[in-house]
Amino acid sequence: MPQNEIKNYHLNFGPQHPSAHGVLRLVVEMDGEQVERCDPHIGLLHRGTEKLMEYKTYHQSIPYFDRMDYMSPQNQEHGFVLAIEKLGNIEVPERGQYIRVLFSELGRIINHTFGISAMAMDVGGMTPFLWFFEERELLLEFFERVCGARMHLAYYRPGGVAFDLPDGMLEDIMAWADRFPQVMEDVGGLLTENRIFKQRCVDIGGISPEDALDWGFTGPCLRAAGVPWDLRKAQPYDVYDKMDFDVVVGSTGDCYDRYLVRMMEMTESLKIIKQCCEQMPGGAWKNETGKFASPKRSDMKNSMESLIHHFKAYTEGMKIPAGETYTCVEAPKGEFGVYLISDGTNMPYRCKVRAPAFAHLQGMDKITKGHMLADLVANLGSLDIVFGEVDR
Amino acid sequence: MTLALQDLGEYISAALPQEVLSTDVKLDELTVTVRRETIVKVMKFLRDDTNCLFKLFSDVCGVDYPEREERFEVVYHLLSMTHNNRVRIKLSTDEDTPVPSIVSVYNAANWFEREAWDMYGIMFADHPDLRRILTDYGFEGFPLRKDFPLTGHVELRYDDERKRVVYEPVKLTQDFRDFDFLSPWEGAKSILPGDEKAEEEA
Repeated sequence: MPQNEIKNYHLNFGPQHPSAHGVLRLVVEMDGEQVERCDPHIGLLHRGTEKLMEYKTYHQSIPYFDRMDYMSPQNQEHGFVLAIEKLGNIEVPERGQYIRVLFSELGRIINHTFGISAMAMDVGGMTPFLWFFEERELLLEFFERVCGARMHLAYYRPGGVAFDLPDGMLEDIMAWADRFPQVMEDVGGLLTENRIFKQRCVDIGGISPEDALDWGFTGPCLRAAGVPWDLRKAQPYDVYDKMDFDVVVGSTGDCYDRYLVRMMEMTESLKIIKQCCEQMPGGAWKNETGKFASPKRSDMKNSMESLIHHFKAYTEGMKIPAGETYTCVEAPKGEFGVYLISDGTNMPYRCKVRAPAFAHLQGMDKITKGHMLADLVANLGSLDIVFGEVDR
Repeated sequence: MTLALQDLGEYISAALPQEVLSTDVKLDELTVTVRRETIVKVMKFLRDDTNCLFKLFSDVCGVDYPEREERFEVVYHLLSMTHNNRVRIKLSTDEDTPVPSIVSVYNAANWFEREAWDMYGIMFADHPDLRRILTDYGFEGFPLRKDFPLTGHVELRYDDERKRVVYEPVKLTQDFRDFDFLSPWEGAKSILPGDEKAEEEA
């Protein structure tokens, strides 16, 4: 009997597929139903952010960072302002640091609620999406209250934050933080022991700690593989060293572990949020020398000096001493690094953004090889990819 | 922290005297400048040596300095979890000279090198798959070079007659405005349209 030679065939997935998380095109080489090779074609959302930043003052560049990972905008801003502060040797008052940590953790929760619910939707569960989005909406309302924008905050500034917290904000966040664990429990009840969800996720897309490091995984994806590494603990920035929280670590690095790590990280974030609300010091919320952050509006009405500072800040912008730094934060998706080179003028000479999802998506080929086509979607969902930061 | 990094820098340059050109600690960050041809050896050393153990590869990027003879700098960032420190490796190259690829040492470098190629045109020798990554299919030029205009060269629109997307040279309805804020008190260098006539009359 003559043997038929079976050829692999190529499947084009996306960029308009609903579970392509935006604009991902995957060219998948398949042997029957099995994925042999997976080649992500990215760049469909490339906007040249790094080039644009070379033509903008530091202040004008902050909003670009909201648009990188638009699921956790303030965490990206955090990385950028920390880099500027390091180069410019800018002091941040304690209240400013606390507010930034508080909002970064809120950002982590909005990111993980979205990440988990989108992943659940990818493998067929609609309800978590609806339940978590209700909570997400409440958080976005907090953001709106503090800076006027729901999603693209542009709230952090070199030297602190743009505005003080409005009255009653901390009490409302506390009340929300007391209520939120119930929602997490409800969603966890839907997913964690769900037979279908486990069938789709357990032992799918597993990765060993060595491979995870080799492929540059960071954040929840690395911790799920069993590497206890969290920049908030290891290289604390702002007031993270004063916070009491645990690092969540998984063991197998599969989709299910990544889900569990995200779920439990939200509990840890809640701890930090509560500590921030309780310990929130009074005083200034941004650097008050006037050289870096713009002065208060009330001062501007009375003080000539403040008026000059304001004018300088919004026309010329601040000049940052020449130098270079690689500063990174633990963004919800992993290590978000900003490599900033200043030549002493008011614009960055070069600003390279190291996006965690870029490295994760690169690992798609590694973790998908040998799996079924349907598992590819579960993998993609569990990596929590946002194309704003992959393509930049 | 700074002292420990200085020690580490001295250790690295002592262990690799031929490869390392200079080490420098600024702002609590260690920068090691190396010879271009030896980057693979340096990376292997940094990954495997017990005093380094830089297991996590963070980033590769290019930087363009058009006024230099070798205009590109390639900058690598590595992280060691065991020792909780970072290192920055630098080397320089020009448009024609390829840099040895480090994909054989860190798999993660693959896409980052592709990005550096795409954005700057820095070539990487022995890279398994050096295609463009972020720009459009069929894109020409290297957008992050300093001599590439911010507006680009082509724009695209959907042509209803031909029923497809077409590329056309960029047409700006308004001049590109480049504000010179660096010397607002001494007077901007840019000449306002019409000002040159005032000179002629005088």
